Formats: sequence, structure tokens, C-alpha cells
Amino acid sequence: MSRQEQQARGREGVRRTVSRTLVVLAGMFAFAFALVPLYDVFCEVTGLNGKTSNSAQMLVHEEVDTSRMVTVQFITRASAGLPWELDVQTRQVRVHPGQSNEVFFTFRNRGGDASQARAVPSVSPSEASVHLRKLSCFCFQEQRLEGGERLEAPLVFQLTRDLPADIKTVTLVYTLYPVQPAQAAVSPRRPRKEGDSA
Amino acid sequence: MASTLPPKPTPEHSTATAGGMAEVGHARPRGLMRWLLTTNHKEIGSLYLIFSLSMFFIGGIFALVVRAELFQPGLQLVQPEFFNQMTTMHGLIMVFGAIMPAFVGLANWMVPLQIGAPDMALPRLNNFSFWLLPVAFALLLSTLLMPGGGPNFGWTFYAPLSTTYAPPSTTFFILSLHIAGISSILGAINIIATILNLRAPGMRMMDMPLFVWTWLITAFLLIAVMPVLAGVITMMLMDINFGTSFFNAAGGGDPVLFQHLFWFFGHPEVYIMILPAFGIVSAIIPTFSRKRLFGYASMVYATAAIAILSFLVWAHHMFVVGLPLVAELFFMYTTMLIAVPTGVKVFNWVATMFRGSISFEPPMLFALAFVVQFTVGGFSGLMLAISPADFQYHDTYFVVAHFHYVLVPGALFAILAGAYYWLPKWTGHYPHLRLSQWHFWLSVIGVNLTFFPMHFSGLAGMPRRIPDYALQFADFNVASSLGAFLFGASQLLFVLVIIKCVRGGEKAPAKAWEGAEDLEWSVPSPAPLHTFETPPDFHPHRH
Ligand code: HEM
Ligand SMILES: [Cu+2]
Repeated sequence: MSRQEQQARGREGVRRTVSRTLVVLAGMFAFAFALVPLYDVFCEVTGLNGKTSNSAQMLVHEEVDTSRMVTVQFITRASAGLPWELDVQTRQVRVHPGQSNEVFFTFRNRGGDASQARAVPSVSPSEASVHLRKLSCFCFQEQRLEGGERLEAPLVFQLTRDLPADIKTVTLVYTLYPVQPAQAAVSPRRPRKEGDSA
Repeated sequence: MASTLPPKPTPEHSTATAGGMAEVGHARPRGLMRWLLTTNHKEIGSLYLIFSLSMFFIGGIFALVVRAELFQPGLQLVQPEFFNQMTTMHGLIMVFGAIMPAFVGLANWMVPLQIGAPDMALPRLNNFSFWLLPVAFALLLSTLLMPGGGPNFGWTFYAPLSTTYAPPSTTFFILSLHIAGISSILGAINIIATILNLRAPGMRMMDMPLFVWTWLITAFLLIAVMPVLAGVITMMLMDINFGTSFFNAAGGGDPVLFQHLFWFFGHPEVYIMILPAFGIVSAIIPTFSRKRLFGYASMVYATAAIAILSFLVWAHHMFVVGLPLVAELFFMYTTMLIAVPTGVKVFNWVATMFRGSISFEPPMLFALAFVVQFTVGGFSGLMLAISPADFQYHDTYFVVAHFHYVLVPGALFAILAGAYYWLPKWTGHYPHLRLSQWHFWLSVIGVNLTFFPMHFSGLAGMPRRIPDYALQFADFNVASSLGAFLFGASQLLFVLVIIKCVRGGEKAPAKAWEGAEDLEWSVPSPAPLHTFETPPDFHPHRH
């Protein structure tokens, strides 16, 4: 093979290598963004991370399991920088799996101006989150309160009967976060519509 | 075993005129323009190395600010806000500005020489990738002067510290990281294209020196994970400036997602900083043991195995975020698995020396120190890999001790070993022997005095990234701070060695070290600006 030929072959090879690496690069960049929804789907399917559904679910009609009781605890927190308070009517309830329950939460805007906030739930242990169905929750949307205003809002939930037997206590944490109006609109994760079958 | 004898020159001497810039033919730009426009792999390699050395000193000064503050409990020198900026900038500069560019510089210089190529495959791109770096780091350093200060959220820039609670300069930090990332990506493309296409006729993949192999695999890692880093910082940018909520719980996002994405990049990144070091050490140990490398093929496969496994261990940095039990176990086992190919490498280096005729020239001293001290870092890594134990160790100085052992007496010592090994090829002179030995011993003492006590303060519970600490940690911290200043000062000796070596010193022949076999030792010392314009005759000799 002459030197020219060899150089031409080399140049051809370089071009091929470069275009292939560019394809991989683009693919990996896209993959990073694809991981965001994938992560969500993964968490939702497995219930890891204690995330609960963002939209109302139907009650599963099943017989109440009177043979056992589960303690459900509520913890509420307002994040720093937001002059709101979130309180719950009762810190703890004892429920049977299958039974539907209602608990009232109170929002209070201690500040002088109107503002918006959203309560974000987290369930622990996280295995319980797929067995927690919310029929109605203030956490599905933002709340807007005028300065000094007060709002009572219900949480209606059910723990399904297939909740693993070793779970005796479920803790629900609600954290209030301030919401800027613009922020809500372009959020990459809008609440998904969820099927109502069990 | 002959130990402190000066290196033995071999007979064939290079011609005195071969080196340097005496160029016939077309006129080359002079002065600054020569360096701005150069497309020569050796000149670009030197630029990378000089850049990396300057960043090493800047990052080092930041580290010394941290160590000075930690010399005693209480706050004496700096405010906590500034302390946080110093720890953050130290980490960012050392990782992205010192270690990575040093390896790229060595690749630029040595990969074409080791595979018998006339230059890198894409010389102009090469120039561009280098000049992106000064831009990126000038921008990064300038954030320290901006209102609100520079990045203060740690080199891992966890959201929401780096988004919701970040200083206003964070947008510039993101931009500078983007630029540095593009530079790495372009460098990696160039290295892959060079290695795959420009090898001397007759050199098969399994004939390549290990430095070339490890860099090839490193370049693939870079191609795979730098885009993920770019993706993460783009999401941060959008969260900060465009109101999205990738990492913002209030908007339905998740800060833990940040950690998953970051460490998906971050763990392969730590291997990007160590694989080329394995390559350098695998060149030096056989040379000064006057034996072939033991287990060449297993070295290649171990490197590939480490690279593949490095994608499956990222959550060992996240054992305490509340992973489910299966994930804790999965990541614990994969992390321990990675120690197996690493162990294979250490075994092979030791086996190479076994019954070798060893001499202890400066490159070998650094390489041996690398093997021992890197292994210390590997062991503390294994301790951290035990998930239940990590619940205690996490975010303490034990982690700081671990990664500094793998990165400073590990990666950095390998770079220094490489520099001492190839300086005769670069400058045509041997580095001053006595000064090199002083540099070595002071560095070893300094580095261990700095980082070994951190194991103890960490196990005793001292948290990392905090400017003040409880009294019972005081003694360990005095030792660490003294060691740090000793280590920092002894690096000035290295600069002295380089300056002396460029200016003069004992002349080195083409084959500067008796046992050195790779192709770079077939060209004169100093290597002329253009080498292998006609491909060399390559005879596979050893593997
Ligand atoms: C035997 C091999 C290794 C094992 C088993 C190992 C294991 C670990 C584990 C479990 C952690 C997390 C500790 C924690 O945050 O609680 C860690 C942190 C770290 N490792 Fe390793 N490691 C190994 C080798 C390396 C190497 C070769 C490097 C780089 C050259 C490295 C660099 C780091 C860094 C930079 C961190 C800390 C990052 C941070 O939080 O700032 N490790 N390692
Ligand atoms: Cu890791």
C-alpha cells in the first residue's frame, strides 16, 4: 500500500470514528434528560421514594380488614421563607386497611400579602406509598391565600388491604413550598391523569 | 539492587539540532501567536501540562486557606461563607482544571509517539479544545469576585444548594463547566480517532502500550458521561433561570434525582481520573524492573471491566438518601466487585517487580509510592462500600481521606511519575537527581501527614466541609495542616526541577532509560517537533 493510500484510509477512518462518537454524544445527552421521566416512572411503579399520586384516585371497594389496625401519622412543615402555617386536626389516627378516612388540615397565611403555596407529600416507609390511595387531597393543586386568610381542606384516603402486614405505622409528611405563579405553569412534571381502576 | 546511582544513559545519542524549534520551510508564527495557533501535538501537550500545573497551584492555595482555617478549632482566618467557596473551588479546580488536563496533556504528547503517528488525528480541533480551558477557568475564578461570591455548595454541587439557595454567580459557574466539558469531549474524540486510525502499520490493538489502552478506555468513558454532566447542569440552569422544577420539590421535582444524575456522571468521572494513571505506572514499573509487564492482557481486560462496572456503582455515594434495601445491597455488592479488577492490577504490578532488576530512579520512586498509597485508598474505599458502615462514615473526614488517597498520592503521583519519566524525552535532559529525590521524599511525608490523620478524625466523627470543629479533633487537624503546608511547599521543588531540566542538565539519549521499550524511545531526545512523518517499522516485541 502506498503512503497516499494509507493516509486516505486513515482520513476515512477518522471521519467514521468522529461521526460515530458524535452520535453517541447526542444519545447520551438525550439519555440524561430521558432519565428524568424514567426516574419518575420507576419511582411510581415501585413506590420507592415515598411519592404518592398527584391526582385523585377512586376508592377500591373492598371489605374492610377489621383484623388489624394501622397507625397513620401526620407531620406538617412550612418551608423557610413562606409566612404560612399548616396544621392538622389530629396528629395520628388508627385505621383499618380498606376503610376510607377523612382528616382536615388548616392553612393559614400569616403574612400581609397574598401568596401561593403547595403542600408536597411524602410517605414513609416508602413501600406503603403504592397502597395509599387519595380520593381527595389539598396537595393536588396550589393554594392561594390572601394575607391573613385561613383555609380548611380535607384529605380523604384509604390504605388498601394489600398493605404488607409488617407495616404497622405509616407516616405522611406534608411540606409547604412557596410557588411562584410562573413556576407552576412551566413545571416539567404536570400532574398526570391517572386511571381509576385499582 | 543498585539504588541511588544516577540513571544510566545508553549509548545512542540524539543529534543536538534535532530538538526545539529550528524549522526549515514555511515560516511559523512566532511569540504568542505561535502558541495560540499551534496545531502540533507536542506543543499542545506542553500547553495542557503548563495550564494544569498553574491550576494545581491555584487549587493548592485554596486548599491551604482551608487547612489554615482548620489548624485550630474556632473561626480565626476566614468567614464560613468564604470557607465554603474555598472548599468548593479547590475541588472543582483540582478535578477539572488540574488532574484531567494533566492527563490530556500527557496523552497529547505521548499517544502519537507511542503508536508511531505523526500527530493527533484532528490537530486544529486539538488547538481549540485546549484554548477552551483557560476561558472556562478564568470565568470560574472570576465568580469569586462577583457579588454574593463564587460557588459555595461543594464540588458535587447538590441541588437545591446549587439552585434554590445558590449565589447569583452560579449561572457563570454552569457556563464555565459547560465550556470545560466541551473541551474534554473534543479531547476525547481526538484521542479515540488517533488511537483507532493512526497506529503504525503492524501495530494491533493488543500491541499498544498500556498508557494508550487506558486512555482509549478513558476517552470512551468521557464520551459516555460528559454529556450527562452537561445535561445535569443544563437542568440546573433551567431551574434557576426558567422556572422549571427538575430538582425543586415544590414544583414536583426531586433533589434526590440530582444526586442520581450527578453520580451517574461522577463515579465514572473518578475512574477517568485514575485509569490513565494505571497506564503510566504500567509503563514505568516494567522499565525500572527491566522485565516485561506481567499479565498484559489481563491488565487490558481489568481496565475494561473497571470501566463497565463504573456505571453500576453510582449510588454508593447515596447510601444515606433513603434507598430501599435492595438498592443498598445491589450497590454495595457492585462496588465491592470493582475492587476485583483493581486488585488484579495491583497484583500484576507487584508480580512485574518480582525478581526484577529494580532501580529507583525518580519516576520509579513515584510509581512505587503510587502502588502502595493507591492501595491504601482502595482499602478505605472498600470500608466505605459496606453500606451499613457508610451510614457512619458518610460525610465525615474518612471520605475525605479515602478520595484524597486515591487522587493525590494516587492520580497526582502517577502524573508526577509520568513527568519524571518523560521529561528527558521532552527536554533532552535528565531531571536533577538530588532535587527530584528531595521532591519525592518531602511529598510522600507531606501527603501522608496530611491525609492519614483524616482517617482517624473521620472515624471519630468529624464532619467534612465545616470551618469549625469540636476540640477533640484538634490534634489530628494540626497534623493535617502541617502536612498540607509541607506538601504544598515541596511542590515548588517540582517547578524548580522542571525549570532546571528545560534549561540544561545531564543530556539524555534517545533511549533515556535502559529498560524502556516503547516507540517513543526510538525518536531523539528531545523529541523533534515532527516525528514519525513516515510510519516507523513496528515489531511487536513483548506482549
Ligand atoms: C476499590 C475501589 C473503590 C471503592 C470501593 C470506592 C468506594 C467509595 C465509596 C463507597 C464512596 C462514598 C463514600 C461516602 O460518600 O460515604 C467513595 C467516595 C469517593 N471516591 Fe471512591 N472508591 C474506590 C476507588 C476510588 C478511586 C480510584 C477514585 C478516584 C480516583 C475514587 C474517588 C472517590 C471520590 C472523589 C469520592 C468522594 C466524592 C465526594 O463525596 O466528594 N474512589 N468511594
Ligand atoms: Cu464512586
